[in-house]
Amino acid sequence: MIKTINIALIGNPNTGKTSVFNALTGLNQKVGNYPGITVEKKQGICKLNRTIKARILDLPGTYSLNASSMDESVVIELLLNKNDLDFPDVVVLVTDVENLKRNLLLFTQIKDLEIPTVLVINMSDQMKRKGISIDIELLEKQLNTNIVLISTREKTGIDSLKETLINYRNIPTSPILDPLTIDEAYFQSLKHAFPNQSLYKLWLVITQDVNFTKLERQKVPDSADFKTQSQSYLKKLQQRETIKRYQIINKILKETYQVNKEEATDLRSRLDNILIHKFWGYVIFFIILLSIFQAIFDWSSIPMDLIDSTFVQLSEAVNNYLPPGVLTNLIAEGVIPGLGGIVIFIPQIAFLFLFISILEETGYMSRVVFLMDRGLRRYGLNGKSVIPLISGTACAIPAVMATRNIESWKERLITILVVPFTTCSARLPVYLILISLVIPNQRFLGISYQGLTLMGLYFLGFLMAIVSASLMNKILKTSTKSYFVVEMPNYKLPLLKNVGITVWEKTRAFVVEAGRIILAISILLWVMASYGPGENFSNAEDIVKTNAAYENISAAELEIKIASYRLEHSYIGILGKSLEPAIAPLGYDWKIGIALISSFAAREVFVGTLATIYSVGNDSQETIKNKMSAEIRPDGTPLFNLASGISLMLFYAFAMQCMSTLAIVKKETNGWKWPLIQLVAMTFIAYFAALIVYQILK
Amino acid sequence: MISLDKLGLGETAIIESIETDFLPLKLIEMGCLPGNEVSLLYLAPFRDPMYLKIDEAHLAIRIEVAKYIMVKLIS
Repeated sequence: MIKTINIALIGNPNTGKTSVFNALTGLNQKVGNYPGITVEKKQGICKLNRTIKARILDLPGTYSLNASSMDESVVIELLLNKNDLDFPDVVVLVTDVENLKRNLLLFTQIKDLEIPTVLVINMSDQMKRKGISIDIELLEKQLNTNIVLISTREKTGIDSLKETLINYRNIPTSPILDPLTIDEAYFQSLKHAFPNQSLYKLWLVITQDVNFTKLERQKVPDSADFKTQSQSYLKKLQQRETIKRYQIINKILKETYQVNKEEATDLRSRLDNILIHKFWGYVIFFIILLSIFQAIFDWSSIPMDLIDSTFVQLSEAVNNYLPPGVLTNLIAEGVIPGLGGIVIFIPQIAFLFLFISILEETGYMSRVVFLMDRGLRRYGLNGKSVIPLISGTACAIPAVMATRNIESWKERLITILVVPFTTCSARLPVYLILISLVIPNQRFLGISYQGLTLMGLYFLGFLMAIVSASLMNKILKTSTKSYFVVEMPNYKLPLLKNVGITVWEKTRAFVVEAGRIILAISILLWVMASYGPGENFSNAEDIVKTNAAYENISAAELEIKIASYRLEHSYIGILGKSLEPAIAPLGYDWKIGIALISSFAAREVFVGTLATIYSVGNDSQETIKNKMSAEIRPDGTPLFNLASGISLMLFYAFAMQCMSTLAIVKKETNGWKWPLIQLVAMTFIAYFAALIVYQILK
Repeated sequence: MISLDKLGLGETAIIESIETDFLPLKLIEMGCLPGNEVSLLYLAPFRDPMYLKIDEAHLAIRIEVAKYIMVKLIS
């Protein structure tokens, strides 16, 4: 009989909690969301021994049980709700050896909830180098728990952690701080009113503004004096509680924890001296950004070409080996080109997440926050907006979620609103294909025009984000106090395993999420392009053949004329045609119009849509790019020229064409107001930017 | 006694008092408490934000928050 126990991993940010999670579960994990909110929920399975299996929950990093963000609320909501399916049988509290004092604050709070809590001291490999010595036995006695020293870097201690978890029933559950010592009168009266409850739990329910289940809500003393106490009085008590806890911790650590400063060699100050230098710090940041974009462009071009031609061959193979018919057409002309349009993203997405996770893992990202805060504040943003703005170059969805640790609501809202301007990877294939079509493949002083254009588009995205942020800053009048507290973690070499898992998870999630939409849309498009209403569509062949103008052309050319006549009169053709008057001044024809419409689901659909449209009824197997460059206007000039190409790029740079981003903004701002404003304003800007550019360049 | 934003680069001081109504609880949880040592390690351009070592934590805070922390120089 296998027994399953619940384990919750809790700890401060930057303690290597996720490394412990990865070490315990390996790839045996899944990432989901907490219902109703967008906080990431990471769960995994670990077999402790032959009879005990552990379900491990990696909770969001938090400094204390006093929640100041949605991520942190998740921790408290779980720990206060015994009926939750995930309620832990045992908590593993991960700390890092260098910041033990601060980490123990959270430990004492969780201990006071009377849940068995194992104290894991991570990064024990750093002890010698930092001159730290700990009397583990005495510390275990003082804290009344089991302690496990581990190093995820050197892979030590994981087995003894498993051993301790198997025997979790032996871990004492006695609390550490007596709430009566915080404010005797207040807590006595609380105790008097609710004699059967744990005082500390009551105190958390009163002070934390989180969503408790109905059951917990009933405990909340609504009419009692406790809630009517002024907010500032409650805050004073919270501060007194924190001070009390530190007094206890200091006393314990004095006897058990020593640092010999002379043995410490300081990597931090040596790196900080240069990385946050008032001049060189910015130069280095700029060079790092530049190299990342350069690498993404260079390194992914080969795998992308490979993927592109593979999918062309795949379509060809399907056409050759499957019996001709509707199903074969659907697969060869709808599904495969549509899928190709998503798979082609994988190299770039993976490289972007690789770089971003390395920057985060090393601790460099916090330095960027420090460098940029003052400059960005002028535009109503926050130093912490840098992380969303940079991860926005991968995808706006995780970027919008990454705004959560910005404490000021106004700065957070502005960041959310402008993040979709940054050049996300969904725009990349649109840009790449347009650039290769309309920008000459020549070099100036060794720098290619094509690469330069791409960098210009990234720059334009950031610029637009900043400009609209400063505009929003002037419009939004709310003056909220902005609290800016950023931890500057130690520099670390990134753990390969962590980086690998992040890249794998994010890329997989992107492909699955976006893949679903794209697949559905390409099938829908194929159907709409393959069928049409009325005589014009069903009798296309006869109508074209009897057209006197086509009397002298070859059979092959006649085939093409028939196919395009049919497309023009299909459902999608009619839709695109009706849009043509609005987009003709921008330099687009009705086929691009169709791609624009479907792009409002997701930008990356653009290439796939054109691929599908140009493939329908067209047996010649060409790459998407060749098909696009073969498109001509009625006057015989190519459809994709400099003017229409740049106009399209600008439209895609500014327009809000991503349903998933709108959905996430709705979630994060609790309503449709902001996403709708975003949609209307961005599309408006895009339309006029594209219009002006086309009219000038044409 | 001076407010923390007046601290010079490389100087170390002891936190004397904090204006609890204006400080985020998070800062106190990170160790910004009376009696603890604070030193100014780095400054961004225009002295803002400040990169401090408070007790054993390395933190960056803005000047507007540092004004609410009173310290006494010891070096």
